Amino acid sequence: MHERFYKALYRIRRVEEEIAAVYPSDKIKSPVHLSIGQEAVSVGVCEALCPDDVVFGTYRSHALYLAKGGNLRRMIAELYGKVDGCAKGKGGSMHLIDAQARVMGASAVVGTTIPQAVGFAYALKLQRKDSVVVSFFGDGAVDEGVFHESMNFATLKSLPIVFVCENNFYAIHTHLLRRHKRDNICERASAYGMPAERIPENDVLRIYERVKEATAGIRSGDSGPVFLECLTYRLKEHVGPNEDFTLGYRHREEAQTWITNDPMARLAGFIDPGERRRIENDVELEIRDAFAFAEQSPFPDLPELYTDVFDHEAK
Amino acid sequence: MTRDLSYVDAVREATDQEMERDASVIVFGLDVDDPKAIQGTTRGLLEKFGAERVFGTPLSEDAMTGVAIGAALAGLRPIHVHIRMDFLMLAMNQLINIAAKSRYMYGGQVQVPIVVRSMIGKSWGQGAQHSQGLYSFFMHVPGLKVVAPTTPYDAKGCLIQAVRDNDPVMYVEHRILHFQRGPVPESLYTVAPGKARITTTGSDVTLVGISYMQLECLRARSYLESAGIYAEVIDPIWLSPLDIDTIAESVRKTGRLCVVDNGWVTCGASAEIVALVVERLQSIRSVVVRRLGFAPVTCPPTPSLEDIYYPNATTIASAVYDLVRGGDNGWRPKQRVDLQEIQFRGPF
Repeated sequence: MHERFYKALYRIRRVEEEIAAVYPSDKIKSPVHLSIGQEAVSVGVCEALCPDDVVFGTYRSHALYLAKGGNLRRMIAELYGKVDGCAKGKGGSMHLIDAQARVMGASAVVGTTIPQAVGFAYALKLQRKDSVVVSFFGDGAVDEGVFHESMNFATLKSLPIVFVCENNFYAIHTHLLRRHKRDNICERASAYGMPAERIPENDVLRIYERVKEATAGIRSGDSGPVFLECLTYRLKEHVGPNEDFTLGYRHREEAQTWITNDPMARLAGFIDPGERRRIENDVELEIRDAFAFAEQSPFPDLPELYTDVFDHEAK
Repeated sequence: MTRDLSYVDAVREATDQEMERDASVIVFGLDVDDPKAIQGTTRGLLEKFGAERVFGTPLSEDAMTGVAIGAALAGLRPIHVHIRMDFLMLAMNQLINIAAKSRYMYGGQVQVPIVVRSMIGKSWGQGAQHSQGLYSFFMHVPGLKVVAPTTPYDAKGCLIQAVRDNDPVMYVEHRILHFQRGPVPESLYTVAPGKARITTTGSDVTLVGISYMQLECLRARSYLESAGIYAEVIDPIWLSPLDIDTIAESVRKTGRLCVVDNGWVTCGASAEIVALVVERLQSIRSVVVRRLGFAPVTCPPTPSLEDIYYPNATTIASAVYDLVRGGDNGWRPKQRVDLQEIQFRGPF
């Protein structure tokens, strides 16, 4: 299990480090919101899910997309704006999708996918399906009205959904306590009538366990929505490949605790060094392959501008 | 078999038949399951199809629009009902940023087959926020279809089309049109997107009436006839995709176009139709145009002001008379009892 989690964390970290490294070349034609520092939440949640379970994300969804099994080649090609991208170059980094892996979309507008996740869960319940939906959003989304409307409806209908708030404390550059009178996201969620728990410091194994329990309860029909507030930390700037500690809205010392407690580094200590090298080599090969794939993929043909506006067949 | 049905019953029957045909069709919205059943358009559906497929919602237009989209992504075909179009302003993020764009920004991996029914109110003091015809907002955005059926026949056929359509459809009703009666086949049929209907032929002027204004245009046509002017009246039915071919072909014949909108003129459906026709015909023949719509103010509830806020058959006839004869003739027909609009007494 340690190997599995390590590989998932390492893979996402390395993919994003590679994105950051390539970014100055301007080959990536999309603003990137890197998950570096926050990977543990996506990995902990998605390792606990079944392939048929569904996730919805945010504009910071590289980690979620990869953790849920989204195709890496198609993700990098999408960032490059190439026709083999997951959205044929028409979505970009902020709208990753892999319907086969049940990564059902991500929005550039904060909070926007929460009700879609709820609606998907409504459909699953109506269709008597066994799957569960997980809605990912940041602490910024809690400020939005649609968050509250969605919580209310999800609990009203006892829907098969887990809400995962990735609380990294900042909405762009504004701290939670400059936006909320109280630091009580879980209280707000539980007020709508669902169990809510705060999970501290990127605790990937605890997140995994909690999601396992939550989805088991939901699948057995015993419980409706569950809310998890996962504390985490973004190490890079809000958007872009660099650090932003010189901006002054936060200090490097604040980040240091998170760097020290990085779950990837901690898990590495539990793994046989030979096994670890093998994992890392595999990941490096996969990443090299994905970037080469993106490089050689063509840009979309110009008629592609006008496709996918409406259904072709029905017109 | 074809019977005479009200617009309300046509909408109800279309929903009922589609829900029976396809288990993925669900209906929800504020009060769809309450005793008034959205003017009767959802009556009996709860009893027949159960509370999982027919349900009233919390007052959460924003989230419930997202719920409709998410359910559609999972394979359902939701009909989301709003008893006033004004309430759609609470749902714009989901409609514009997600419903309209999902097929495109996800590279064709998903589709969002939702129907958003909404009603425009008029008269009896509906006032500022119960009277707006805001469909041009949605015509502006690629990825949304917009339909505003006028007759009970089109109400049924367009709703069935909207439900079966794989794209999001904004289905716009007018509260006064709910009282219309007309022939409606009992069988299932569709009214195809992007096809306008010439409701009456004429050679002097093309008169396009949108939504409720189609009725006022037909009345105006009768007044004009008495003055020796023959108007060709067109109902666009679908505003997006818009059948500009039919309208432009008519104007090529008449050389005159008056578009009467059930909304404001500025940046509205009438502006779009006139622009498209002129672009199409400017090198072929000279064309004179006129637009009529709501006065450029907020809708007042008091009857004395509300009366002059809306175009009606006599003001339309007067404007078209000038368009055809040229100049400002001051001609305005005396109102005929048989051409008066339906007098509605609220509350609604």
